[in-house]
Amino acid sequence: MFDMISPQLLFGQLLIGLINGSFYAMLSMGLAIIFGLMNVVNFAHGVQYMLGAFCAWLLLNYLGVPYWGALIIAPLAVGAFGMLMERLVLRPLQHLDHLYALLATYAIALIVEGLVRQEYGSTGLPYAAPISGGMNLGFMFLPYYRLWVVVFSIVTCAGTWLLIEYSKLGAYLRAANENPNIVESFGINVPRMITLTYGLGVGLAALSGVLAAPIYQVSPSMGSGLMITVFAVVVIGGIGSISGAIVTGYILGLAEAITKVFYPEAATTVAFVVMIVVLLLKPNGIFSSEKA
Amino acid sequence: MSKTSVIAIALLAVALVAPLFVYPVTLMTILCFIVFACSFNLLLGYTGLLCFGHAMFFGSAAYVAGWLMKTYGLTPEMGILAGGLFSAALGLLVGIIAVRKSGITFAMITFAIAQFVYFILLRSPFTGGEDGLQKIPREPVLGLIDVTRNFNYYYVVLAITVLAVFFFYRIVHSPFGEILKAIRDNDARVESLGMKPERYKLMALVLSAGLAGVAGAMKASVFQFATLTDVSFPISTEVIIMTLLGGLGTLFGPMVGAGFIIYLNEYLASFGEWALISQGIILLLVILFLRRGIVGEFNAWMKRRQAS
Repeated sequence: MFDMISPQLLFGQLLIGLINGSFYAMLSMGLAIIFGLMNVVNFAHGVQYMLGAFCAWLLLNYLGVPYWGALIIAPLAVGAFGMLMERLVLRPLQHLDHLYALLATYAIALIVEGLVRQEYGSTGLPYAAPISGGMNLGFMFLPYYRLWVVVFSIVTCAGTWLLIEYSKLGAYLRAANENPNIVESFGINVPRMITLTYGLGVGLAALSGVLAAPIYQVSPSMGSGLMITVFAVVVIGGIGSISGAIVTGYILGLAEAITKVFYPEAATTVAFVVMIVVLLLKPNGIFSSEKA
Repeated sequence: MSKTSVIAIALLAVALVAPLFVYPVTLMTILCFIVFACSFNLLLGYTGLLCFGHAMFFGSAAYVAGWLMKTYGLTPEMGILAGGLFSAALGLLVGIIAVRKSGITFAMITFAIAQFVYFILLRSPFTGGEDGLQKIPREPVLGLIDVTRNFNYYYVVLAITVLAVFFFYRIVHSPFGEILKAIRDNDARVESLGMKPERYKLMALVLSAGLAGVAGAMKASVFQFATLTDVSFPISTEVIIMTLLGGLGTLFGPMVGAGFIIYLNEYLASFGEWALISQGIILLLVILFLRRGIVGEFNAWMKRRQAS
């Protein structure tokens, strides 16, 4: 059966898989950072990603700010919205069962997505790619913008991971998750750190949204569709594991692509099949250090 | 007579005359969601497990029952029974994967499994894909009672709802129900007493899934169609909102919540996105300010008044 598949099809799908995987990795990394410090599963992540893309679209169409400006402004704006959310909604809930915070983020997602849809409709809005052209690799055509997305996301993921794993800030974050009281006694403002971390996670989601705007269309539901797979990534990688989230994100993107080539009907379910198998064999996820 | 039975009898009396004043299909929708919310309440309110994909039990039972009624001409009561049993079996499968976990992880796992079930139903040949399963017939109930008129069918649905709610009430007030509550409050303690929390959680999930299946199958016979909406994530969250709004861990809370949300949906149906937006707003307000729900707050207020 293998000789039936042309290299164009295979590599074309692998590139799509790598692009999807880049978004899975960036989004599940943001979720892992937020969960790691706050024990909150951020169900608003998809909406914050969508807001990033919408922000870019609004900046371009109303203020004439190009893509490169949006890449900086949109994450800051949406991150600020996230910090406001943390202060007003998540902080009052932090000493309750974490399920309440999860449901609260979902409620906000419902409200924001509904409002955006009410205002702009359900149809996708086009956003032109800032880099045109591409190169012919002989076996396939590689648009420069897609190359940029893959490289940018790998650099962002690696950079964030290094920051959390090896910097002093990362050490504070991990320590505050273990024991906030002791970290506070060292003179560190833990509540402010939580606000900033949530803002960072949300900003990363918005950054992914800006990156995605020229590839997928800008629409109110662009986030919710993607998040379904991203949550499977998070469960597979181990909830709260940053490296697990990144690696699983890319692997799952590629796994979907390969399934699409050989057995297209199963492409949308492969993530969940992998998830169920992983849960049966290793209930805490592949990359979790926690004991079952 | 206890206060609970007085309220229950009063509610039943209202339900018996209601179709004279309100459109029966609206009332039947409310009844279906009352059963659905009770099933959810059994898990979150009494066992402390947040199932974040409860629509998988509701919706797949709707398909299975609808398919059986359409293909084999099953009567509604048999179809609803079959739907309940199917979902109970699905609950057992989900439970084997999920009950080892609780809290957030349980919520995430059930969320992801529900998406998997959604995709399977989307792809299955018997569900009719995007169109759903349509023109499900309503054979005479027990082979005797003609239920093609919604007014007649309402009383059948009401009878099934009363049975289902009574079943739920018996479960939570049995020794088994007491163990579930103990697991919710302190599962390590329950384990130290020599019981296996996982086994009880699995049983609770099976019972809850079965009840949700009854609700879903009933809805399929009421509307005479089953669609992907019934298995979709918004249905999973709608039942959460109903239960929380009414009052977690109360008998009448889910009834109040289901009635309120269904009525709100009907009222806002022509206002575009506002039905969903207001659901979000209600959920947020309940979580921030009204965590005991309407009935829970009322009970607490009554208690305070009696104390003083």
